[in-house]
Amino acid sequence: MKTLETTIDEFTARAAEEGLLDVAYTTADSPFGPLLLAQTRRGLVRVGLPNQDADELLVDISERVSPRVLEAPAQLDEARRELDLYFEGKLDRFDLPLDWRLSGGFRQRVLRAISRIPYGQTRSYTEMARKAGNERAVRAAGTACGSNPIPLVVPCHRVLRTGGALGGYGGGLPMKRALLELEGVLDESPGS
Amino acid sequence: MTSTLPPFQALIDKYASDVIAVLRGAVGREGAEDCFQETFLAALRAYPKLEDDRNLRGWLLTIAHRKAIDHHRANGRKPVPVAEPAELAAPNGMPEPDDGLWAAVGALPPKQRAAVALRYGSDLPHNEIAAALGCSPEAARRSLHEGLKRLRKELA
Repeated sequence: MKTLETTIDEFTARAAEEGLLDVAYTTADSPFGPLLLAQTRRGLVRVGLPNQDADELLVDISERVSPRVLEAPAQLDEARRELDLYFEGKLDRFDLPLDWRLSGGFRQRVLRAISRIPYGQTRSYTEMARKAGNERAVRAAGTACGSNPIPLVVPCHRVLRTGGALGGYGGGLPMKRALLELEGVLDESPGS
Repeated sequence: MTSTLPPFQALIDKYASDVIAVLRGAVGREGAEDCFQETFLAALRAYPKLEDDRNLRGWLLTIAHRKAIDHHRANGRKPVPVAEPAELAAPNGMPEPDDGLWAAVGALPPKQRAAVALRYGSDLPHNEIAAALGCSPEAARRSLHEGLKRLRKELA
């Protein structure tokens, strides 16, 4: 006898086969807490950090991408695998297709520039504004970082204030500091 | 104009157990899984264009009812398999009906059977039964009444 869960899993698999799965999502464990991972046919579209409300993010995705949103963990195996390796310090470059549609214009240009900052390096908000085509739009570059729909994979934690102050982070400053420690940019400093 | 529909997964989380209960009542356990797939695939296909999102449960149950009818058509007029009582009863905390009762429910004509299953399997009010069956509330009430009358006679 099949359980309802099995029947639902079979439905999800068929929805994917029949091209009806516009957004697949799952939650993945991380050292900071659960992450929400959401993906379209184009690629990873949203990463929700542990301090963000996953239900709210899914409603937002439903409105802005498509309401055909299903929990489909198998679709996100590769993203989960790469993130696991990253958190173990065994992966220094994500190789995942990305779907940029949740950010547009200047913000998207900033985020694309950020996606090219190598592992273990940092840049300033000013540099990111310049790369995106408007050096004076430093504040807007900061906003773009803050609105990053695909954090971690688009490494906005590698963007600091000119002079090296941490600036902000959507997942909270302790997480930003820990990521930079993981990548060897910051020394692990229990006092700070 | 952007959509305000909830993520489809929310419908599954909330209503999958209702839909499977109704389908088990309507077509029996064997057919219910197929009908469940067909119901949710049809719903997912139509979902982005759904304009009235006020009664998503009724909408799903309407589709489920249509799939149950398709199932019966595809199977000719074979006797209806017996619905499984335990899982119908448990979620609502109802007493567990015995097999004889559900055998009798399973033997009712489709509309009466659906009305009884929706009322007592899923605890739907008359107006939602009507929506699910695609008929007026009066007609739903009548189907339910006829179904119950027949059951009383069968089980007397």
